[in-house]
Amino acid sequence: MSMYQENATVLEHIAIQGGYNLLLMRAPRIAPAVRPGQFVHVLVPHLGESILRRPFSVFKADGDRLAILYKDVGKGTRTLTYLRHGETLSLVGPLGRGYPGLTEGRFPILVAGGYGMAALYLCARTLPVKGVAFFGGRAAADILCVREFEALGWRVEVTTEDGSLGRRGKVTDALDAYLSAEGAAIAPELFVCGPSGMLKAVAARALERQWPAWISVDNNMGCGVGACLTCVLKVHGEQPGDWSWARACREGPVFRAEEIVWEAV
Amino acid sequence: MNDQQPTRPVDLSVTIGGIRMRNPVMVASGTFGYGPEYAELVDLDRLGAIVVKGICLNPTTGNPTPRTAEVASGLLNAIGLPGPGVDGFVRTYMPFLRRYQTPVIVNIWGKTIEEYAEVARRFDAVDGIAGLEVNVSCPNIKEGSALFGTDLDMFRRVLDAIRAATRLPMIPKLAPNVSDIAVFARAAEACGADAISLINSFPAMAVDIKTRRPKLANITGGLTGPAIRPIAVRLVWQAAKAVTIPVIGMGGISRLEDALEFFMVGADAVALGTVNFTDPSAAVTLVDELADYLRKGGHASPGEIVGTVQA
Repeated sequence: MSMYQENATVLEHIAIQGGYNLLLMRAPRIAPAVRPGQFVHVLVPHLGESILRRPFSVFKADGDRLAILYKDVGKGTRTLTYLRHGETLSLVGPLGRGYPGLTEGRFPILVAGGYGMAALYLCARTLPVKGVAFFGGRAAADILCVREFEALGWRVEVTTEDGSLGRRGKVTDALDAYLSAEGAAIAPELFVCGPSGMLKAVAARALERQWPAWISVDNNMGCGVGACLTCVLKVHGEQPGDWSWARACREGPVFRAEEIVWEAV
Repeated sequence: MNDQQPTRPVDLSVTIGGIRMRNPVMVASGTFGYGPEYAELVDLDRLGAIVVKGICLNPTTGNPTPRTAEVASGLLNAIGLPGPGVDGFVRTYMPFLRRYQTPVIVNIWGKTIEEYAEVARRFDAVDGIAGLEVNVSCPNIKEGSALFGTDLDMFRRVLDAIRAATRLPMIPKLAPNVSDIAVFARAAEACGADAISLINSFPAMAVDIKTRRPKLANITGGLTGPAIRPIAVRLVWQAAKAVTIPVIGMGGISRLEDALEFFMVGADAVALGTVNFTDPSAAVTLVDELADYLRKGGHASPGEIVGTVQA
């Protein structure tokens, strides 16, 4: 695993919909090294008194280019939206342990909440079998890039809480319906990214049925490289009842569902 | 007419409490892990010294989360010194650290005076340890540690015990929240300290006004980063005047101009802390910029600017 600190150049910065933005950069050292599920640690320019970097999943990486997809949710992301074509920003990456390949004989299922799909795109592109992707969000504006996943050969099932696009309900409702109809015939392997409530709900299903599930957590981070110990979460130890801290930035952000102490999430 | 001054070669090397360093730019405890975390981003052999994260006798888990909160120009933390213990550290990290020329200074702490002494004794026998920084000032440990840094009698007792337990250079890291830093600096020297380092993080607190709860699980934490720099500069100035042993200055240093302030008020070396999280290359950049600054100013060594403040 190699990581780099480099100044990336903004190639494109597009507002997509509903506060979501796509930032495409040239990062010739980092981009070729990215593996699915990894992240970059971004020093947002002009953030003034806020001193830390902000982590973003790598959405796409092609040649010397990489893209992040983010939602304007706070001061850091708001400031990031002002970045223009040609400006530079410092990245550290690629960081973390991403998604593994598909287990032999398994059928891949992606489960994404909101911009969680950004972390899953490279996974969708590289997995040798194209399965079903479940996208959930509050409303239609939270459902992104369906066509791009379909273009990779995935069947995409959309759920929105307000019913403005696809099925009405939670992403787990669609997942449950699918798995109760098809689950016996296939051996699912889940690749998951989204808000923690959704992660917990999907992990519970996987653990109950003993399906392998790979969960990308979204913890607050400091350094991003494993030094500051801000982003730790509890993982099970070797003996029942034992636990230890794991760093989301180093041992994660992707964990096997059974590694995480879910009661502590 | 020849207006070109002959360039004096700059020798950045310094000796701090008997520890020979290739330059006076160190990385501060708790902000650089144990070394390997940054090894892919930073050439560790370009640093003056690495001060590893605090180590006590046995493995510890540290505090619950959230452990940090970003505040204006700073970072509030209450990590709580999780770590692998002496044996775990030596087994896991020393084989890696011995591959580098850079001196390794271990930050040590304990819950009792006896534990401090025992940790020092154990490290005394470990190959590749250049010195011990004594953490008497972590604000986030409930038992002992902070008190050792603010109670003069306890401070002396812990340093006496460590001094008796090791021949390694002893570098007490002073707490900033005392009424007279000079008293602690002098006490450190009297107890046989080879150098002092300051400042540790400043005890602080932040509240989430929506939930009316503290932003840290530990309620209070230690403030670091640019926000504390002027406090650190003042304390280093006062401490440096009080002692004859070398002083390692730190507290919110991000760039050359910041480091120069510390040298000018009497620091013989500086350490970079929170900035490592933001800019892993900051220490190496500072080394280059310091050499350039000294060369342009006609200085042969960093020592020529130490304590030159006109105050």
